[in-house]
Amino acid sequence: MSNNVATRRSWLWFLWTPLNAVQRAWAGVAGVVVFLVCLQVLPLTGAVDPKHTPPLSEVISALVSRLATPQFWEALLNTLTTWGIGLGISVAIGVVAGLLIGGIPVVREFTASTIEFLRPIPSVAFIPLAVLLYGTGRDATLLLIIYAAVWQMLIQVSYGAQDVDPVARDTARSYRFPKGFTLINVVVPTVLPYAVTGFRLSASVALILAITGELIIGTPGLGKLIVIAQESGAVASMYALVLVTGFLGLAVNVIVRMMERRVLHWHASVRREGMK
Amino acid sequence: MTISDSVSVQSPDVLLQVRGLRKTYEVRNDPIEAIRRLTFDIHAGDLVCIVGPSGAGKTTLLRSLAGLLTPSGGSAKLDGEEIVEPPKGMAVVFQEYARSLFPWLTIAQNVALPLKAQGVDRATRAEKTAKALEAVGLADVAKRYPWQLSGGMQQRVALARAVAYEPRILLMDEPFAAVDAQTRADLEDLVRNLWHRLGLTVLFVTHDIDESIYLGQRVLVLSNRPTEILDDIAINLPDERDQLTTRNEPEFARLRAEVYERVQQAKAGRRPGDAA
Ligand SMILES: Nc1ncnc2c1ncn2[C@@H]1O[C@H](COP(=O)(O)OP(=O)(O)O)[C@@H](O)[C@H]1O
Ligand SMILES: [Mg+2]
Repeated sequence: MSNNVATRRSWLWFLWTPLNAVQRAWAGVAGVVVFLVCLQVLPLTGAVDPKHTPPLSEVISALVSRLATPQFWEALLNTLTTWGIGLGISVAIGVVAGLLIGGIPVVREFTASTIEFLRPIPSVAFIPLAVLLYGTGRDATLLLIIYAAVWQMLIQVSYGAQDVDPVARDTARSYRFPKGFTLINVVVPTVLPYAVTGFRLSASVALILAITGELIIGTPGLGKLIVIAQESGAVASMYALVLVTGFLGLAVNVIVRMMERRVLHWHASVRREGMK
Repeated sequence: MTISDSVSVQSPDVLLQVRGLRKTYEVRNDPIEAIRRLTFDIHAGDLVCIVGPSGAGKTTLLRSLAGLLTPSGGSAKLDGEEIVEPPKGMAVVFQEYARSLFPWLTIAQNVALPLKAQGVDRATRAEKTAKALEAVGLADVAKRYPWQLSGGMQQRVALARAVAYEPRILLMDEPFAAVDAQTRADLEDLVRNLWHRLGLTVLFVTHDIDESIYLGQRVLVLSNRPTEILDDIAINLPDERDQLTTRNEPEFARLRAEVYERVQQAKAGRRPGDAA
């Protein structure tokens, strides 16, 4: 059926023609361009209300003037600092707890039910508690970040620690590797791919919660600037800041993926792409 | 019974002494008796093959001798010392070579790792690794990764790792069961060759009758599970063995028939006490 259509080269032929790498890249670029054109044209034609959604050109000029203010850079630095500290603490807790939980069966059984219960509680439910404990300072937002971001790391690392190949373990034992040597040379490399995935997920979640804390609690940072822009009716400026948070998320993902390729060059997920 | 279970004096050159070894796996309310009773000696410098039908308990025996599994009764002594944990001076080559090598390390790093665990200095490590890789004919792939090599080459790496460790006794569990016939013949010759050159003691487990005769000076035939020794056959083939001529000798054919008959009896459930 689709064969017939394809051989007759109907005008929809491109829908079922597989793309090569160059075509895929162009399709991606075209998608972005169309999206940006929509952002510009829809408000101008009045299809969406330009009062709430200014055209892209206005958002960009607002962004440019924001970039010239010290407040913007201060807020960006604040957000990155909160994010970085929160992520760092989450990763440290996640790695240690994950290794213990994954590596020691007793600890795993002891904590399993509690984790199953605690993990689904949305971090934002702790906002009142965080404010009660720490006011509107950075610590309040850190609490939210850590509660949300620790799980991804912890769960991934504990899966990794359980995934050490029994034959690899036997090999280590029969060659009489000391315990610490096995941990560093066998367990850690096995856990690494899991940890990298956990890190990528934790990094994204930590950014979301950093902005959330700034928006809702009022911790200094980009989120707080967004609220101020909204309250003062600077709509284009507000969109500009939202765009910045988007780029931030994108940058985090790209950087972590680049890191992933370097540390996991031997791993099946990476080497398949690398093979000729 | 040829050797009394109670005999504990050993002749001076007995390297591995196994007395009344038993193993029953305690699976919930259904214990599996894998090894009924095994008694045998391996002398220093021997190349002994253990052949038995699959599921007989060969891996169980090997893991018990390697100190990776606690036997249910009896004893195994290496050089007069009871084996309760992986003993010094023993190397094990596992059937699952792909899982026994570490994919995050290069070939050379894989071979050197047990030496590093022992605290051997870098220069000596490099020298021993190079020599071992040379001995198995893999000097040119030292910088590659295990997953870039064929199965036969990977098993050679595992062998090189064992050789570099300079063990007194080498245990091998069906090491060539998963490689093609030609590669397998090459690897068999390599084992004979290394055994000759390095003065190793080798205990080689296989389910392949021809392989056991071609390799061994002595073949122990195991019964079905729960396993006992059905026969202990001396292989009086010339020391210089060759895939073509050795396998065509009348003595080889006679031995094959003898072992084959034993294994058939084993499969039919014959026990050592039964009349022939
Ligand atoms: N960990 C285990 N738990 C329970 N039963 C096992 C275990 N390992 C092996 N067995 C059983 O013991 C018997 C011997 O297994 P094995 O030593 O692997 O045989 P072989 O290596 O000769 O094929 C088999 O019946 C197998 O199912
Ligand atoms: Mg086996």
